[in-house]
Amino acid sequence: MSAWRSEVGAVGEAVPALESEEKLSGRAQYIADLYRPGMLHAAIVQSPHAHARIRGYDLSRALALPGVRAIVTGEDLDPAHRMGAFIKDEPALAVEKVRYVGEIVAAVAADTEAIARDAARLVRVDYEVLSPVLDPAQALAPGAPLVHEQSDRYARVFDAGTLGNLCSRTDFREGDPDAAWAQCDVVVEGTYQTQAQAHLSLEPCGALAEVDPSGRVTLWSANQSVFRVQANVCESLGLPMTRLRCMTPRVGAGFGNKMEPHVQPALVKLALKARRCVKLVLSREEDFETVRARHPITIRMRTGAMRDGTLVARETELLLDGGAYGDDSPGVLGYALLMNCGPYNIPHVHAHGRVAYTNKLRFGAFRGFGVPQVTFASEQQIDEIAQRLSLAPMEIRRRNIKRPGDVWFGGQQIHSNELAACLDVIDREMPPAAPDTGGPMTRGRGVAISAHISGLLASGAIVRMLEDGSLLLNTGAVDIGQGSNTALTQICAEALQVPVDRVAIASPDTDGSPYNWGTTASRVTYVTGRSVVAAAGEVEKKLKEHASQMMECDPADLELRPGGAVALKGVPGKAVTFADISGRAHWAVGGPIIGSHTWVFDQKTVDPKRALVLGLPFQQIGIFSFSAVAVEVEVDTVTGKVRVVQACSASDVGRVINPVMASGQVEGAFVQGMGYALIEEMVWDGGRLANPTLMDYKIPTMAEQPESIRVFFVDSHEPTGPFGAKSVGELGINGVAAAIANAIHDATGARLSRLPMTGERVLAALRGAERA
Amino acid sequence: MTAALMNIVLRVNGEDAAVPAGLHDTLLTVLRDRLQLTAAKRGCNQGVCGACTVRIDGTTMRSCLSLAQACEGSEVTTLEGLETSPRLKALQAAFAAHGAFQCGFCTPGLLVSAEALLEDEPRPDEAAVRKALSGHLCRCTGYAKIIQAVQAAARSLSEVGK
Repeated sequence: MSAWRSEVGAVGEAVPALESEEKLSGRAQYIADLYRPGMLHAAIVQSPHAHARIRGYDLSRALALPGVRAIVTGEDLDPAHRMGAFIKDEPALAVEKVRYVGEIVAAVAADTEAIARDAARLVRVDYEVLSPVLDPAQALAPGAPLVHEQSDRYARVFDAGTLGNLCSRTDFREGDPDAAWAQCDVVVEGTYQTQAQAHLSLEPCGALAEVDPSGRVTLWSANQSVFRVQANVCESLGLPMTRLRCMTPRVGAGFGNKMEPHVQPALVKLALKARRCVKLVLSREEDFETVRARHPITIRMRTGAMRDGTLVARETELLLDGGAYGDDSPGVLGYALLMNCGPYNIPHVHAHGRVAYTNKLRFGAFRGFGVPQVTFASEQQIDEIAQRLSLAPMEIRRRNIKRPGDVWFGGQQIHSNELAACLDVIDREMPPAAPDTGGPMTRGRGVAISAHISGLLASGAIVRMLEDGSLLLNTGAVDIGQGSNTALTQICAEALQVPVDRVAIASPDTDGSPYNWGTTASRVTYVTGRSVVAAAGEVEKKLKEHASQMMECDPADLELRPGGAVALKGVPGKAVTFADISGRAHWAVGGPIIGSHTWVFDQKTVDPKRALVLGLPFQQIGIFSFSAVAVEVEVDTVTGKVRVVQACSASDVGRVINPVMASGQVEGAFVQGMGYALIEEMVWDGGRLANPTLMDYKIPTMAEQPESIRVFFVDSHEPTGPFGAKSVGELGINGVAAAIANAIHDATGARLSRLPMTGERVLAALRGAERA
Repeated sequence: MTAALMNIVLRVNGEDAAVPAGLHDTLLTVLRDRLQLTAAKRGCNQGVCGACTVRIDGTTMRSCLSLAQACEGSEVTTLEGLETSPRLKALQAAFAAHGAFQCGFCTPGLLVSAEALLEDEPRPDEAAVRKALSGHLCRCTGYAKIIQAVQAAARSLSEVGK
């Protein structure tokens, strides 16, 4: 299994995942695999109502069950303590009210999971049922029941405009969007509806909390950021951050669902009350019902162009169903608006939207973070304009794409941009004409282009040289399976010119790791990678200081020699090894060698001279990766069923750190996007989720996977990135639904404005197209 | 309500193990919680995701749908018990080289099924791999690299056999 060996460095090489051996032997430990002596097991009590006031609890029967050790409810919490990435509106578990079916109302700790679940069924909650509000438009109408009575009193991290059921609003203006429509020769307009998609990481959410004799808590959980877990638990429980240490086992994937809290706050409260170690792992149904999902968005969009295909004006209006708590919704809205034009130059734009509180589970971060939704609308409109002007889809794109030197919507600089080369790959690899199959099956091809950011918020790295000259890299970045442990190790090894097996990577730990905002927003390779390069650079500087004293020469005359030595430039025999230097540092001179670096991404989102923005959730976000994706679909005109035959994608992700892992991100994102486009939808029956099981909520399997997904990366170098790298994690999902929609149109002439594009909806659209 | 536990004897990975099990306890629960054999994962507890796949008397089965008491007298093999299988070793090497896993949560179940596939069909074509493994959900990889890895493992085994 470990036959792979690089002599040195290894940026750009297909280093297998560092966790290969443990994950392929079944020894890797995820949260459910952690056991502690004397550990209690927990179960949750969920709200049966979408909206109700809690009058009281009767815990007597549950507490009387032998083996029950503690129960927590909202009465154990101070209602003033609330958490939230943007709006502090969410308690650790329901307090005074329940706001969605499935919300955690109480948690029980018992000797076994079976006893805990039995006791959970014996917890009686007295509810006064209230009228729920389940639709975002209705939520914002006058007189709607209020999900939060005094939402405007919640603490907020930006000017969100929160009031009543309005969770947040954001408004961007660039150019003169009101006057520009008069210059347009063609205007297309549409309303699009996207659905709730479940993240469905194969591992359900869970956590394990241990209380030490001093009452300090160590919390292990399925997570995307030990630091966000720490912040959320401490905020919602009023706990000083010094009282909580957060760590991570292996994580069975996260697509945004494990970034903000799930069961951790309630579990920590329960462990503190029991003063025992407690583990809680959600069932699949509970995970569906209580965690979070991708936002349903109603998108009203219009786009105008001149006769030659030059794009002129765009208006985008979004209404997001935010669910019961703010969570990441304000961020998703702001980001979707920032990305609403895609990688096109459109001089006059008004992009605005609102998030409504409703009595559904939280909608939050999910790979793409609002971009798959707006791209579904935008890339169909680009095709529609092309069709109206008799231009080829690729031709209108070439005419309008961001070119080197162009700035992003809002005015910020783009440093590296090889989008045009991505289009060249698509032209070469997937020409527009699909083969004619005849019969009831018809084929079509479609394309979509998109972008994603790489830079957001803070990261750090500590590189320590051990006594034997090997290295320990500590970043606090959680590897959720995407491979950041391996990629960051490659970056560290490259920076110090050693083989990757000379670098160990520390497991994230809020006690010992430098702050890392999280494995989210496609940011780890870029933001954390930069810290790794800088921290390794500090180690290099110290190594050279030692070596200059040891060899009695000027540090400027020294260089790193591959394999772990510092050498006199141009003198083959004259070198000292890292082991020699580290031994000297540990035992004689200067002290052990440590390099460290922290930073926060600080490129401004918006140039105020260019764009006017109200309610901007991210002041500093940027560094763009680019993608073009083309698909061939086969539509059964009798049943409406769509099959993706093949796909081809070309991306500018800067320098590729690990080509197998990078293509794995694109392939995985494609298939997740294909599920989003064609089959996946969370469906509510009133306030209750009707399909919270894998029996009823289907995701693509190997049987539906296309015949081929060809992934290309174009040559690119991001000057600000670690060894030239940018982001890759989310980019690949953004254009998938749009490309499939465009391919369905190419095959059948039918346009779909609603996701998912199920057989039933495609058939209805086909009949509409026949009539038209 | 919690049912009384009975002691049963399961033969797991070639060894007899006396374990307490309730009437409703699944094989997955007993393997994970009582024998600490945690390679098999609980992804859905409903027989859909495939993460809990083990072999019972040679047949790949969902351990979340198998009652532990009904497995008395059967030969249960988990991924841990396949450690010495040359097919598993070839699959592990190919999965690592091809990047055929990411989070790794679905991987143990997939490997149990893939190992059984290579036993039945030493050189499966792509369609056979898809058919054999389509009962395993993976949300990370998009499946292409898994298919490639299984075929690569089959190739490497047939080269060794020559």
